[in-house]
Amino acid sequence: MSTPEIPQRPWRQRYHVSAIAWTVTIVVLLILSSMATGANFGMFLANINQFTVLLVQMSHPAWAYLSVIIQPLYETIQMAILGTTIGAAFAIPFSLLAASNLVGNQVLRNLIRLFLDLVRTLPDLLLAAIFVAVFGIGSTAGVITLAIFSFGMVSKLFYEVIETIDMGPLEAMKSVGASKVTIIWYAVLPQILNQFVSYFLYTLEINVRASTVLGYLGAGGIGVYLQRSLDQFNYSATAVIILATLVVVMVIDGVSNHLRRVLL
Amino acid sequence: MQATATQTNPIISFKHVNKIYDNGTVGLKDINFDIPRGQFLVVVGLSGAGKSTLLRTINRMHEITSGEVLVDNESVSDYKGKALRHLRRQIGMIFQNFNLVKRATVEKNVLSGLVGYYPTWRCVLGLFTPHDRKRAFQALDRVSLTKKLFSRADELSGGQQQRVAIARALMQDPKIMLADEPIASLDPRTTKAVMDTLKRLNREDGITVIVNLHSVELAREYADRIVGLRSGELVYDEPIDQVTEAGLNQIYQTKPEA
Repeated sequence: MSTPEIPQRPWRQRYHVSAIAWTVTIVVLLILSSMATGANFGMFLANINQFTVLLVQMSHPAWAYLSVIIQPLYETIQMAILGTTIGAAFAIPFSLLAASNLVGNQVLRNLIRLFLDLVRTLPDLLLAAIFVAVFGIGSTAGVITLAIFSFGMVSKLFYEVIETIDMGPLEAMKSVGASKVTIIWYAVLPQILNQFVSYFLYTLEINVRASTVLGYLGAGGIGVYLQRSLDQFNYSATAVIILATLVVVMVIDGVSNHLRRVLL
Repeated sequence: MQATATQTNPIISFKHVNKIYDNGTVGLKDINFDIPRGQFLVVVGLSGAGKSTLLRTINRMHEITSGEVLVDNESVSDYKGKALRHLRRQIGMIFQNFNLVKRATVEKNVLSGLVGYYPTWRCVLGLFTPHDRKRAFQALDRVSLTKKLFSRADELSGGQQQRVAIARALMQDPKIMLADEPIASLDPRTTKAVMDTLKRLNREDGITVIVNLHSVELAREYADRIVGLRSGELVYDEPIDQVTEAGLNQIYQTKPEA
């Protein structure tokens, strides 16, 4: 009996040709794009002391300011929850229609996706500016902006989750004579529910941060105070706002981790 | 006597059934045969011979290209919408991968076999009658899994999951049970439990059972009749008392490769 010969790996595999090629390509692209945009690393180093000055000022948070921002912070959280909920609710039917494993009609699916791409293309700042103009300064404009922004993002995350589900239960439900809606309710939703919740909370977290920026445009919440403190060079107040927002984001993160564990 | 009765009134008939896939692959080629009521039929053949396709043409999970499939003397090809769902709800089906909703309870999985009999809104709200909940319990009793009623499906072993799938199919009160490689992912002991359960439903309830199998030994042990497929063609069809080793081997002969 002769021992079988060990097959030789092709030289492309042996010298990791494609991995090296990709790394080189990416580095070259990075260098080229920094040259094209005029990003200058030297300038970054030269001006870094300005940044440290700012940091030093911010390292003495004016804790007394906390009592002022509690109310707007609360409003920010309300805005984020409301906006995310509205957006996610609308995202569910759209994501079901955009999933290639549920909708065979390519034309319909691509139309829905085109619409979702369009929604995602609109920058949230532009939306906020429009809705502040329409509804006036205040949290209504903020909620609507966040709802549309969440809708675009969550729809995409949702339909990508739907496309990864096990199709077996769908086949089984089809074989017992279930209607389309029943198939979705019995075979699709149970498979995606916990990821839906997880993405919902992720979006909520993003929205808390986004709404601080929206406040700049008068869309309500903590952002109004952030802008005011920066305009007044009152960096110790800015620090309090940032830290308070951090706490909120951390709490949401904690809740979302906990829920994911429970739901899994 | 019985022979004439079954010949005149088969529960399923294939008449010149052809299936050609979009890419030109031939799935089924001129299939002609009848399945009498109450038969335990086993379909054998190599992977890719068309066993799954054949099975799925019966409940229209696959469409045929030409010919006719008759269930209860009615051609199923033109069924649409409600008529199609009504056809499917009287045909139980179990699968190689069980196809349970793993995150749902065993009870919910079993009850889901009933959704063809309920309006959509009642399914969505989960409004099953107490009578049907009791039936779900009885269906589980028939596969000896009542203790697992409120367990989550993914806590069960493979053999137990397949028995839950059988209980789900039982809720449909089926005239026909299709089983596509039901034991391919199971070990020998659980294989016996699943095959015995199918046999019992066939004998006790008179359900016509059609099973796709890889294993010729199992086919000989359980079948009333064995048919063989090779490259989409029906190449073998014998009642169990006529089945011989040599005849079965012929199913697995591959055409000489060029």
